[in-house]
Amino acid sequence: MSTPLLETRGVWQRFGGLVANSDVSISVERGEIVGLIGPNGAGKSTLFNLIAGVLPPTQGSIWFDGEDVTALPAAERCVRGVARTFQVVKSFETMTVIDNVIVGALVRNTVMRVARQKAHEVLDFCGLGARANVLASDLVPSEKRRLEVARALATEPKLLLLDECLTGLTPLEAQTGVELVRKVRDTGVTILMVEHVMEIVMPLVDRAIVLDLGKVLVEGKPNDVVRDPKVITAYLGDRHAVGA
Amino acid sequence: MDTDFAKRRRRDLIVAFCLAAIAAVVPLFVKDSYVQNIMVLTLMWAALSQSWNILSGYCGQISLGHALYFGIGAYTTTLLFTKFGVLPWFGMLGGGLISALIAMGLGYPCFRLRGHYFAIATIVIAEIGLLLFHNWDWAGAALGIEIPVRGDSWLKFQFARSKLPYFYFALALACVAWFVTWWLEDSKWGYWWRAVKDNPDAAESLGVVVFNSKMGAAAVSAFLVAVGGSFYAQFVSYIDPESIMGFHISLLMALPAVLGGIGTLWGPMLGAVILIPVTELTRSYAGGSGRGVDLIVYGGLIIAISLARPQGLVSLFAPKRKEATR
Repeated sequence: MSTPLLETRGVWQRFGGLVANSDVSISVERGEIVGLIGPNGAGKSTLFNLIAGVLPPTQGSIWFDGEDVTALPAAERCVRGVARTFQVVKSFETMTVIDNVIVGALVRNTVMRVARQKAHEVLDFCGLGARANVLASDLVPSEKRRLEVARALATEPKLLLLDECLTGLTPLEAQTGVELVRKVRDTGVTILMVEHVMEIVMPLVDRAIVLDLGKVLVEGKPNDVVRDPKVITAYLGDRHAVGA
Repeated sequence: MDTDFAKRRRRDLIVAFCLAAIAAVVPLFVKDSYVQNIMVLTLMWAALSQSWNILSGYCGQISLGHALYFGIGAYTTTLLFTKFGVLPWFGMLGGGLISALIAMGLGYPCFRLRGHYFAIATIVIAEIGLLLFHNWDWAGAALGIEIPVRGDSWLKFQFARSKLPYFYFALALACVAWFVTWWLEDSKWGYWWRAVKDNPDAAESLGVVVFNSKMGAAAVSAFLVAVGGSFYAQFVSYIDPESIMGFHISLLMALPAVLGGIGTLWGPMLGAVILIPVTELTRSYAGGSGRGVDLIVYGGLIIAISLARPQGLVSLFAPKRKEATR
């Protein structure tokens, strides 16, 4: 079998005395949608930032597409094919929606006209085509989430990292979000998503990895994971595990 | 949609060309040398502010120390000419290149700072530059240097009898600064800079090398400002540290852009066209006896604009576009 698209090997991250990730080894195969879940403070966001290249791990290594990328900064990883969205949206507020996406498209296209064309295609794909010339600051929250995804997709990633991009949306918005994620996967992009709303993630992902207290607790098919006593304990405490 | 964008870009270019053409014929009719002097200064500050706008407006790294590059440009040209007889044209180029290098050298540590900390660092560094020139005997120290007049000549770029050559050079400089901005605005750099300004973390995640973008903006900006400084030295033919590198120079570069619209193509031009004549006129009519009335008017103008139109005056021309997009 070919090498996994993404692999973390024995990754540790310490912030002073706090151990946010301890010995985390996960892998993501090409074409998968993997959910990274866990209760608050489990170390999901930290692991996510390590993969995206925001900060280097204290120990361990990160491999992408068969290459050790541990030492590469975020921008370099983007060039290699890692794109991400932010939990707290970070749009370029003074720029128009299309200009936001062009920034992403410039990673692969040096000719402005081509980058602009590409950005329009991506916007249409994400259902924001009609909002192209609006300032990003004028978008409503759900549109901003879409813009985050569009911007990331414009970099033509192999791996898309979604950080709670479906959290805090209305059920209808979340549903269209889920459809967008599926549509993205169908274009051949591998997806690793952090979520803590179980009912959204579970039907969507092929595989779930549960983090708790900085360690990998369980990983497997979503249906198995939600029934696992260890997961129930982590989320709800010991009392409920007995009943399961 | 794309054609709209291309159309707007072309329209900007045509408008700029027409304005430049109109400006070029004005001094043929307006012969008063006081007014011509104001026109030269207006164009020069427009060019300087436009250059400042590249780093501070587009890339969002607010510099309040651009007087340093202005001074380096002025001193490089003047020293090369008075000490070694090098023609000012080479001095201009040399001053520009030295400034660009210094901007990158200073940017290396300073671009790790964010927001206000960066602005403060630029003030301090420019102040250090000022003090160095104050105490540098070979460069005239606090007394400054006078550029010896050797008769009117394009080669030596000095003209005692007419302001027209200076006017046309200042016009050309303003056009170049505007065109460079126009050209960079729709380039990878332009998008990178605006992304860095709005959100460096998000920019980094989209493959933007934030540090290099800032360095690029600083180099272009410093180069153009230094050329402006060289020009000013030739124009006034006497330079001293305080009048060339004082903090007010840095402020005067920032204000037209802030007034007209920071980070916009037309903002610095519009700001300079309003601000510089007002400054000059109030200074000559109210400045002498009134002890600072000119500064009161000036300050009042800035306060009024920042209260009423914090996005700058160019936003007055934009409402149509905004409505159309909704």
